[in-house]
Amino acid sequence: MTAKRRGEARRRFLLVGYGNPGRLDDGLGPALAVQVEKLGIPGLTVDSDYQLTVEQAADVAGCDAVIFADADVSGPEPFGFREIQPTQATPGFSSHALEPEDVLALAHTMFKARTRGFALGIRGYRFNDFGEALSDEARKNLAAAVTFVEKTIRDGLSEWM
Amino acid sequence: MTVTKTKELRRVIIEPVTRVEGHGKVSLLLDESNVVKQARLHIVEFRGFERFVQGRPYWEIPVLVQRLCGICPVSHHLAAVKAMDLIVGVDKLTPTAEKLRRLMHYGQMFQSHALHFFHLCSPDLLFGFDADPAIRNVIGVAIKFPDLAVQGVMMRKYGQELIKATAGKKVHGTGAIPGGVNKNLSVKERDAFLKDVDQMMKWSLGAVKIAKDYTVEHLQTLAPFGSFDSNHMSLVRKDGAMDLYHGNLRAIDSTGKKIFDQVDYQKYATYLAEEVRDWSYMKFPFIRSIGPENGWYRVGPLARINTCDFIDTPEAEKARKEFMAVTKNKPNNITMAYHWARMIELLHSMEKIQELLNDKDLQGKDLVLKGKRREEAVGMIEAPRGTLIHHYRVNQDDQVTMANLIVSTTHNNTPMNRAVQKVANDDLSGQKVITEGLLNHIEVAIRAYDPCLSCATHAMGKMPLIIELYDCEGRLIDSKATR
Repeated sequence: MTAKRRGEARRRFLLVGYGNPGRLDDGLGPALAVQVEKLGIPGLTVDSDYQLTVEQAADVAGCDAVIFADADVSGPEPFGFREIQPTQATPGFSSHALEPEDVLALAHTMFKARTRGFALGIRGYRFNDFGEALSDEARKNLAAAVTFVEKTIRDGLSEWM
Repeated sequence: MTVTKTKELRRVIIEPVTRVEGHGKVSLLLDESNVVKQARLHIVEFRGFERFVQGRPYWEIPVLVQRLCGICPVSHHLAAVKAMDLIVGVDKLTPTAEKLRRLMHYGQMFQSHALHFFHLCSPDLLFGFDADPAIRNVIGVAIKFPDLAVQGVMMRKYGQELIKATAGKKVHGTGAIPGGVNKNLSVKERDAFLKDVDQMMKWSLGAVKIAKDYTVEHLQTLAPFGSFDSNHMSLVRKDGAMDLYHGNLRAIDSTGKKIFDQVDYQKYATYLAEEVRDWSYMKFPFIRSIGPENGWYRVGPLARINTCDFIDTPEAEKARKEFMAVTKNKPNNITMAYHWARMIELLHSMEKIQELLNDKDLQGKDLVLKGKRREEAVGMIEAPRGTLIHHYRVNQDDQVTMANLIVSTTHNNTPMNRAVQKVANDDLSGQKVITEGLLNHIEVAIRAYDPCLSCATHAMGKMPLIIELYDCEGRLIDSKATR
């Protein structure tokens, strides 16, 4: 292992998989969190929730980079991945359900963190019913996303940071 | 205030109401002189949970009902499991089981109250009701008052971690099961929480001071704001102490006179009834002996401080005495005093958490009891927003055949509508221009109750705030939308 790679291995990453597992493909984010956590990737902390909340800003502030993983109703297949910036506009609504950009902004504002943020949108297809199962197509997209996250984190997000 | 002829009136809609849980809307009917003729808070979501759970086995219910809400699932978890304790014939839990459940509940109260005070209502208190909405929000607080914002986040996080440790998950946990709990608290988990107890206590005391100072300093303005005399109801312990987990029902009138006291909550339906109105999905409960016109009541922090005789933790009791002194030991009917009362409960919860964490029973191994099956039971708890009632019937095949849930915010339905009417009359009536700041006055009054209007939805942060203005002919003449 090179010195550079040893340095990268010390980076702290956070994966937040969010969504409602009771609404079919909306459970893609939490399903990703479960599968990635099982991989035991060094330096990676995994969290899962129904929605993003203000206290996650503290966890975000404690790492070098965070990936927010959610189901995407219309994004690219099998998933889309992009860097996000702290929101400039202020959340006008509820602080109980925030966007990834809002959580990143709170981490930067309150904790003076410089955490980099990324959004992973896994394409889903069935949302408008109750049930705890993913559709077959969503499951395939999930598998691709798990492979991508594992490789990306093990590489220290080197293509992005 | 109900108007039957609405054609000549102008309609103002606030939809959805912001910085509250779930979706609601306010409609105001104004005449040509902008005098408010009718003001209503409508609950526009339909749950139908009482039907969903029918046919399900009773042991699923404490987990299933948490899907009602992503914000206070612990309250539904515990109210349901308290009913199911009785269904499985258990009248008294083991000390370990009861204390673990209490720890879970106090963790829930602590995180919920902290979040509401520091992140939902504080923008109004810190910046003013009429401040620019661009700063009157959680990011604005984080920029201008970073220490407070951090405290709010860390207190919420502490409570959420307590829930995770006792329930298994932060949201929709499984820790409480009929007759007990399915895990205890390890020494390692306990020590992790004890490490931060002193800091949490310090911040809790500070939060009470902020709420108290704000209320006392602005008392002249706050006292009439959305306020009215009302009845109050909550559970209290047998000796009259505040007890957020268990007790008997007590209701008092606006002067402190007891309407009923030490009522076994299995008999709640003898004392309480619900009325349905065609413009809201939320029912309107009332005290049977008084009737629907005057029998409505308030629940939640303000009601609990008013109904209890004392608080059994020293710092919160000291704070309660200071609170009651403002109204010379008579019930406090000031709507905006909910915030101060809420912070006293936050402090009480933290004192209870500290007490429990030092109790070795939390590491006990006697977790579950069983008894003789029953067919009907009621579970009740004081949730962050007020009294929560779960009532079930279970057949011999273990299936739920009937469920009736009266959630905390439902009890406060009439009071919230009264608050909306009061603020609309006092602050908006006759105004030539109705600004966003003025409309926020109505939301401030609703927010004092910390209502949870429906189960949390994933799309919540994406819903726009829409205010629509109609002329006397019912035509839409203006509309504003903000994120």
